Amino acid sequence: MKGNKGTREERVASALLREIGRLLRDPLQIMEVCGTHTVAIFRSGIRSLLPEGIELISGPGCPVCVTPTGEIDRAIALTERDGVILATFGDLMRVPGTDSSFIQRRAEGGDIRVILSPLEAVRMAEEERKRKVVFFAVGFETTSPAIAASVLEAERRGLDNFYLLSSQRLIPPAIEALLSGGKVAIDGFLLPGHVSVIIGKAPYGFIAERFGVPGVITGFEPLDILEGILMLVRQRREGRAEIQIQYRRAVKEEGNPRARELMEQVFTPVDSRWRGLGTIPESGLSLREEFSRMKAEEAFDLPYIERPDPPGCLCGEVLQGVKAPPDCPLFGGRCTPQSPVGPCMVSSEGTCAAYYKYGGSR
Amino acid sequence: MCLGIPGKVISKREGDLAEVDFGGVRREVSLMLCPEAEVGDYVLVHVGFAIQRLEEEEALETLKLFEEIAKSLERE
Repeated sequence: MKGNKGTREERVASALLREIGRLLRDPLQIMEVCGTHTVAIFRSGIRSLLPEGIELISGPGCPVCVTPTGEIDRAIALTERDGVILATFGDLMRVPGTDSSFIQRRAEGGDIRVILSPLEAVRMAEEERKRKVVFFAVGFETTSPAIAASVLEAERRGLDNFYLLSSQRLIPPAIEALLSGGKVAIDGFLLPGHVSVIIGKAPYGFIAERFGVPGVITGFEPLDILEGILMLVRQRREGRAEIQIQYRRAVKEEGNPRARELMEQVFTPVDSRWRGLGTIPESGLSLREEFSRMKAEEAFDLPYIERPDPPGCLCGEVLQGVKAPPDCPLFGGRCTPQSPVGPCMVSSEGTCAAYYKYGGSR
Repeated sequence: MCLGIPGKVISKREGDLAEVDFGGVRREVSLMLCPEAEVGDYVLVHVGFAIQRLEEEEALETLKLFEEIAKSLERE
């Protein structure tokens, strides 16, 4: 195992791997939902160390990757309006829209600024009172409370030039859509650690109860991931299907109620389109009525236009775990991290980028 | 994009803000989502916000468990 913890980590890892091998009966397909897990799994070499019979498949947990082209195009269109500053997270800069990307628009003179925290967008609006600051907010439940806090902060400071273009999505409805769709057989889920810091354990209950599939909320260190896999293998071996928490140092059963309170105060669930998964009921977040003044799509009259995915790109199938990146004819040829065709190759947490960088095969 | 980085709360400032140390690098972090964090606590930080206080006991418990697994292997 790569890493700098030396022999102790290696010793524990080989013990966990041995226990996984000892308990494994039937072949298992385990989905890691979260892009941060995908990267950690590749970086640590876990895939090549697991006993034969365990296949890890990557899921839809990369917010940049699941944002459909139409939403990227809509945000890019905003940068052509007079007086607009578009603030967004760095991960989005190189994602291709239909005709352009943020980085290209910036080179052409669009005012696009990368922020590390939603509060920077609020400060920007305060400093640039004559401009209109639109925060293109992409993220899952991990990020939504911070986005909600920025909305409340803009309100508190009385800023009438702060707007939100919400592209936020929720993880449990996507898992439900994957399981209901039945396109890929999943025997267990490594559930996202940091989404769960906010939402806790309860929202995943349906995975075990309705679908009979075990899930383990897992941390991001290589040993966390191996323990998470071991917990899944043990559940399968004992014929159980439960939601368990491996990442106990950060995830409480009840999550972070204070953070959820802010989310609920500011946002309401709405149907949302996902790249690859289509429209999923109540899987997105929109500003509540009392904050509707800040809705960028209304303030700037920005209709949503459905756009096809780039021709030949299998990102949609990869996000569902139906296809692996090497199955895509563009992978590594026309589509590379230097010249990406689809978002799964752009985002550092995209499955295609991870396969490309660390040399994964099916 | 859901990266969370652990840091230690060094001091509390006005409003919900705190100074947090990330292995030698100090940054201003909002405690709005984690108001119970106190000076000396470790917190998990995401996009400039502490999103959870990290449980030292649980962290030690995980380490102990890993150690036990390694020991049990050596005994075999």
